Amino acid sequence: MNRLTFKLEKRLTPSPVMVFIIPLISVLLALLLGGIFLVLTGENPLTVYSLMLVDSLGSKYGLTETMVKAIPLMLTSLGVSLAFKMKLWNIGAEGQLYMGAMAATWLPLTFPALPVYLMLPGMIILGMIAGGLWALLTAIPRAIWKVNEIITTLMLNYVAILWVDFLVYGPWRDPEGSNFPITASFAEAARLPGLGDSRVHTGLFFALALAVILAIVFKYSRWGYSINVIGSSERAARYAGMNIKRNILLVMFLSGAISGLAGMAEVSGIIGKLQHGISPGYGYTAIIVAWLSKLNPLAILIVSVLFGALQVGGYAVQVEGVPAAVATMLQGAILFFVLGGEVLTNYRLKLVSQKGEELSK
Amino acid sequence: MSIQEFLIPLLAASVIAGTPILYAALGELITERAGIINLGVEGIMLIGAVSGFMMAVTTGSPWLGLLASMLAGGAVALIHAFLTITLRANQVVSGLALTIFGTGLSGYLGKAYIGIPVEKPFGVIPLGPLADIPYIGPIFFQHDALVYISYVLVVIIWYFMFRTRPGLNLRALGENPAAMDALGLNVFYLRYIYVMAGGALGGIGGAYLSLAYAPSWLENMTAGRGWIAVALVIFALWNPWRALMGAYLFGGIDALGFRLQVLGYQISPFFLQMLPYLFTVIILVFVVARQKGRLTAPGALGLSYDREER
Repeated sequence: MNRLTFKLEKRLTPSPVMVFIIPLISVLLALLLGGIFLVLTGENPLTVYSLMLVDSLGSKYGLTETMVKAIPLMLTSLGVSLAFKMKLWNIGAEGQLYMGAMAATWLPLTFPALPVYLMLPGMIILGMIAGGLWALLTAIPRAIWKVNEIITTLMLNYVAILWVDFLVYGPWRDPEGSNFPITASFAEAARLPGLGDSRVHTGLFFALALAVILAIVFKYSRWGYSINVIGSSERAARYAGMNIKRNILLVMFLSGAISGLAGMAEVSGIIGKLQHGISPGYGYTAIIVAWLSKLNPLAILIVSVLFGALQVGGYAVQVEGVPAAVATMLQGAILFFVLGGEVLTNYRLKLVSQKGEELSK
Repeated sequence: MSIQEFLIPLLAASVIAGTPILYAALGELITERAGIINLGVEGIMLIGAVSGFMMAVTTGSPWLGLLASMLAGGAVALIHAFLTITLRANQVVSGLALTIFGTGLSGYLGKAYIGIPVEKPFGVIPLGPLADIPYIGPIFFQHDALVYISYVLVVIIWYFMFRTRPGLNLRALGENPAAMDALGLNVFYLRYIYVMAGGALGGIGGAYLSLAYAPSWLENMTAGRGWIAVALVIFALWNPWRALMGAYLFGGIDALGFRLQVLGYQISPFFLQMLPYLFTVIILVFVVARQKGRLTAPGALGLSYDREER
């Protein structure tokens, strides 16, 4: 019998058309798959999707909410992408965000009367250091003994979230907060100014500036180049005399610091206090955003807005009785299709008979 | 308080709390022995938990629930297998995608089942005369059927891996797939089988939570146990017996926190909840450091197999 099978043939150069088309098709296919699930569970996918679209992008309020969600996504995605460049799988952005938020909160709680020019920079520095140190905890055993950083960064997410819970349910709880797990509200000097009268805050500029800086560093600096080399071949990097251990520590610290900044921006720019559950999983979504953006800092800015919209859309459908988890499901499905599609940028899919004869392209 | 009153119940609770991790770890163990890392265990467990629960609630049979969780776990593992084996996608990212997808899908499907009781969860069946052995009986033989099955499973997997021909092939599959290919074994087909079998076991791990341990459905009820299972495989040095010991150790930490609270120790529950995660990190660092970076991981673990690049 002449059985047909698929065969992958490596392309000499990645297809430039595919690089752009595949993320697009992936999103569409994920929506299609999600639509099938919605139909199977008795929902109308068109209603659900149009609701998600209208609520996230169809009004001024929706758009600003989308941007509000996009800011922490931009920062955490930039953070993890820096580590991913070096093939350091920092899955701990969520915990680093919480630790950054926690450390930034400490300043206005302890010194509420600081002037704004000390308060905000102080919160930024504390938030970044805390996020960075939290990541460094996993980078040290990774650098010395090659302890799997995926597991350690992930485990520390749970620890960080529980630590913040401990604080807001315990020693940091606002005595006047009628028993809610929240700290006292920050003084005005500890609040990042908003843009106009919207909830979008100046943390957006942190993300924009960092994206530009990272893009320049990756493209033009020697250090950026060496991170790339270490990421693609540790052996080659060692022969070239690059200090791998030092770069593991440095990159993980910076990666965590950027996510720590995201935490600072959340408590200072949006909430104005520390509370239970400050992030709906930005640190995990960041992994998808970073991968979908091919670790390109400028692409991350755009993709973050799309995923911010998805987040807002998820909340929107909840009102209609559709679980918000549908947004998480779509995120996972998008990543599946992107991964599968990536093959097509590097390989040609061919249909061959079992004897190995080529039938079609 | 005497030893009988504290230690025996603690050890018995360790076995119960360790069982879901054990199932998931055994699944990941055979997956990794075949050369594929699956970081989607957390998502697989969640899907196993919710599908098992839905089936058990609908049909009234925990065993049908168990079957559903195995099928669902195997089915989502198939996605990982297709992406990583056939399409040679990055195994780390594919696993993460699976975890995110599983979290979302289980949350979506399970929404209507939150707070619903399951009519017949897996109940305690004292195992005949074994249950009456002093100390040993209460610790190991006064549990539900899934605990007993896990004992047998450890023996079977160990025997299969180290005493049979296909088991030898499984180990070689993760060490040197090219050699297996040269011997005429279908590397791709075998890897698919083991990844899906691993997924089915992960599904059971989830179903244990929703049908025996809790028994109920809660969003994200695995709470990182899938990741602990992945860590456990490293701790176990890819050996099922060590996986068993490790699972009960982690189960013990889990159970200890709860018991200290009951005894009235003034420790914040948040710190007690942190224990399993901190313990995982510390143990992992300790085990890997002791091996001085020369872990006995399967040689081809995490690498896609491409016939043309042999």
